Amino acid sequence: MSRIGIIGIGHGKFGRRSDASVQELAFESFAEALSDAKIERKDIDATVIGAVPEYHKQRSLAGAIQEYLEMTPKPTWLTEVACASGSAAIRTAWMGIKSGLHKVVSVIGCQKMTELQTPEILALMGRVGEVQWESIFGTTFPGYYAMFANRHMHEFGTTKEMLAAVAVKNHFYGAMNKKAMFQKEVTLEKCLASDPVASPFGIFDCCANADGAAAVILAEEERARAIAGDRVVWLDGLGCATTTMSVLRRPSLTGISSATEASKQAYEMAGVGPADIKVADVHDCFTIAEIMAYEDLGFCKKGQGGHFIAEKQSYLGGRTPVNVDGGLKSKGHPIGTTGVSMTVEVVKQLRGDCGERQVKDADVALTHNVGGIGQYCFVHIYKKE
Amino acid sequence: MFEWFGKINFTPHTRVTEFADHLKDGYLMGSKCRKCGFETYPPRADCPKCLSPDFEFNEISGQGTLLTHTQITAAPTGFQDIGTYRVGLLDLKEGGRLLAWIGESIGEDEVKIGMQLQVVPRIFEDTPDIKVYYTLEKPGTTWNKAPKPGAATP
Repeated sequence: MSRIGIIGIGHGKFGRRSDASVQELAFESFAEALSDAKIERKDIDATVIGAVPEYHKQRSLAGAIQEYLEMTPKPTWLTEVACASGSAAIRTAWMGIKSGLHKVVSVIGCQKMTELQTPEILALMGRVGEVQWESIFGTTFPGYYAMFANRHMHEFGTTKEMLAAVAVKNHFYGAMNKKAMFQKEVTLEKCLASDPVASPFGIFDCCANADGAAAVILAEEERARAIAGDRVVWLDGLGCATTTMSVLRRPSLTGISSATEASKQAYEMAGVGPADIKVADVHDCFTIAEIMAYEDLGFCKKGQGGHFIAEKQSYLGGRTPVNVDGGLKSKGHPIGTTGVSMTVEVVKQLRGDCGERQVKDADVALTHNVGGIGQYCFVHIYKKE
Repeated sequence: MFEWFGKINFTPHTRVTEFADHLKDGYLMGSKCRKCGFETYPPRADCPKCLSPDFEFNEISGQGTLLTHTQITAAPTGFQDIGTYRVGLLDLKEGGRLLAWIGESIGEDEVKIGMQLQVVPRIFEDTPDIKVYYTLEKPGTTWNKAPKPGAATP
């Protein structure tokens, strides 16, 4: 089976980007990816945009971006699966190449979240759950994950200190990442004392809305080798699954079952297992989400996620380094961009370009990108040439 | 009138619209498929098992076990005026789950996963429009029910 590889990457600065429109953010990362791949726009057959539309005043963003990049009349389209939109865009690019329709496809995750006024944000926040039976009680995004956390603590003895340890790790690595929104370390005490959001979470258990874009360029095997040589990174395993949006019908309240299912598919397709993963970027929208990801992806046994972080097994030098770019927690979470941002990070790791954050001898990497409160999950496995 | 259901209602149009009328009368209703008999809570018009669109309402006890909970401080639009509120997820005795506020009969330190709770139908008193909802209370909590249609008047 012929492979599909990543030949170029670009990553803009995340944060409150009052200096740029969403098209300008997209351009920034796209131009960097083109330059990284050393190709020109004419070499690209199509552009897939990962973004969540309700944050942007510009409707139907894909067309607006394609115009700004001067990529018309080449095709473009948008993929949307909430916070997993970026990984869904990569999956559709992979499918487009695999089908033979295209040979080189660029994927841009882009999101501008800070243009909305606070009332608009609060109104959106009130409709993240299932709206007919749940949102009418004022459920919120942190509120759902907080319910998972309380159940996890009840069943497995996970503690607030273990939750906070995830934030401490991710800020520790985020402090070394120039593209992160928060480049500052935090202490366990500061996390534990942070303002309440939804019990057991304080503000330091939660990631922040952000602006930012990231881009990757995918190509079919022959073209990828010709363009990137030994810098190509292969996307060898793709998994994608769903679970219910409604917690009223959710099979598990202590894990994200779509992640378990998606990772099984990706491991099988790539011919590797959890122990082969040298570095992973996982969806730590809340501290408990990273702990559940360790378990759902098989990095540790079910219920042991809290101990995994307490023993620093997800630090550099640990069993499986996780989110050593700072994660959503420190980078910020421009929702449509996040999956592409994760991909840029693991490609850099596999190329050996991560400097002081570099995982030694990284040859297989994984991204885990969750949409909404778990209703979508995409797991991708990348290998070094 | 499903638009009666919830402090804010996002889905006024649904085939299970009479759910809210029953709740206003003090009855918690699930659904039962008229073809295969499959029961669900929350109610749904279309059977998830046999795909039949033919259903009837089915009264349930509202007794259940607390699966998990949270206390929300950062509230979204429409809920900022009620301050901090507690949300609980209940595993219903008859099957299915229900999400609601944890009510005043349960003290601050009394919320425990695994505790038994009773769903109690409520009407917001201070709103000009009819607004119905429910809370999770101590087992044995009572509330007013309208006579069932066709029931003998005492």
